[in-house]
Amino acid sequence: MKRVYVNEAWCLGCHLCEYNCAFANSHLPDMVTALKGKTIFPRIHVEGEDKISFAVSCRHCSDPICVKSCIAGAISTQNGVVRIDENKCVGCLTCVLVCPYGALALGEKGVMQKCELCVENGGEPACVKGCPNRAIVYEERG
Amino acid sequence: MKNYVIVGNGVAAVGCIEGIRSVDSTGAITVVSEENSPAYCRPLISYYLEKKTTLEKMPYRPADFYEKNGCTVLYGQKAEKIDADTQTVLLSGGAALPYTSVCVATGSSPFVPPFAGLERVKNKFSFMTVEDTLALEKALSPNANVFIVGAGLIGLKCAEGIAKRVKSVTVCDLADRVLSSILDGECAALMQTQLEENGIAFMLGDTAVAFTENSATMKSGKKVEFDILVLAVGVRANTALVKEAGGEVNRGVVVDTSMKTSLPSVYAAGDCAEGYDLSLGARRVLAILPNAYMQGFTAGVNMAGGKKAFDNAIPMNSIGFFGLHAMTAGTYEGTMVEEKTENSLKRFFIKDDRLSGFILIGHCERVGILTSLIREKTPLSSVDFDLLTKVSTSLAFNPEVRKKKFGTTV
Repeated sequence: MKRVYVNEAWCLGCHLCEYNCAFANSHLPDMVTALKGKTIFPRIHVEGEDKISFAVSCRHCSDPICVKSCIAGAISTQNGVVRIDENKCVGCLTCVLVCPYGALALGEKGVMQKCELCVENGGEPACVKGCPNRAIVYEERG
Repeated sequence: MKNYVIVGNGVAAVGCIEGIRSVDSTGAITVVSEENSPAYCRPLISYYLEKKTTLEKMPYRPADFYEKNGCTVLYGQKAEKIDADTQTVLLSGGAALPYTSVCVATGSSPFVPPFAGLERVKNKFSFMTVEDTLALEKALSPNANVFIVGAGLIGLKCAEGIAKRVKSVTVCDLADRVLSSILDGECAALMQTQLEENGIAFMLGDTAVAFTENSATMKSGKKVEFDILVLAVGVRANTALVKEAGGEVNRGVVVDTSMKTSLPSVYAAGDCAEGYDLSLGARRVLAILPNAYMQGFTAGVNMAGGKKAFDNAIPMNSIGFFGLHAMTAGTYEGTMVEEKTENSLKRFFIKDDRLSGFILIGHCERVGILTSLIREKTPLSSVDFDLLTKVSTSLAFNPEVRKKKFGTTV
């Protein structure tokens, strides 16, 4: 299955992926309406500093500990994609406590959100499409 | 064809079903369920009272779960006995279920000490099940004064859940601090302040010794008037089935890392089981939901003839009150390293170059990176631990480790 992979040697730390992610998941027609003057809640985030930076989003683990740990039964694997039912989530943050990649964060509704590979947004994940240095790729690996 | 029997219908049972089906798609699975409902998320009962979820959203799995997995669920039935010689589970209704292998996933029950006069209290409740919750909800009113015995996870989540729906909530505990099973003194004091600022009153280091219908006399001699009493003193693992069948039982049903009990073809999982805790290096009951699922799944795989060990269980709790979150994991052994900011307090416990546990108050970003250090026994000399005490980031790992984490399929 195709997943998002990050090559940190190519990451410029520009944070564009965060904006593209927030825009894609806003389902609004243009970036200005979606993001201008707002606090954004992207499902990918850049960690690091000047010399080293890298983007982190859900790894869609083949044996995901977040799914096993969710106290609300809100996280499940569907066709290999780890997805969250925002209606069932109560924001207990147990998934934050267990994810070894630090890939989940609270969204603006006070419940968790995570990368779902843009399955609802059509086509290639927005972070990948918009990465100016091709540091984030969407491909099949082992 | 194999006959699998699962006694209990909670999260461990669901894990067991999914574990069995990951190996054997055809064997017969029979689930004995005392409660008359599909498996639901027990920790959500306080969120229900707080109106953050509904009964409709509480089932743990979709409505077609049992059917899709070819399970027969016997609702409203209780297992009375396991006959290990004939490999049969005897039910309260008289029926006998033969098994190839059985998983005991009976959970735990509230422990109620023999308080004098308790039988005179009419409005008294436990807080474990949906049934308890609905009964308690019926009694709630804006004029009600609620007295909760027990300042542990259950008692305090109950307090938070009902705080806005009653006149007052007072919580007592024999321990000198709140959440004494997961927090040390200073961390507990922070959470206590948060609870008090939201209207919860405490009587710590004190407990009820006698009751009348609407009042309690405390050990200190103080008197508490109440309209509603909630008993959340603690829980006990439901071990009777295995004990009476001659299996080894301690605080919980003793299991190895494959979830086998000392009886042939009998497994146990969830809050009733006492399994290996990696952070402690010994067995203990880990009554937390993730553990229930993972133990159940492991039991299921092994019952169906697969091979799986669950050898990295640790205590983990993520619990918030009125917006302030506490995250804890592991065992608090070794040297303490503390990191304080205006809004957070973090305490790390380090032993032999390994992280054995942590308590974090008010910090809840990417904490799983820290938890993984405990579960994977990562040598702290191999990471930038000083950075991790300040911010949870994968930057603290060396580039090769990061390449594996983010550049390969995991």
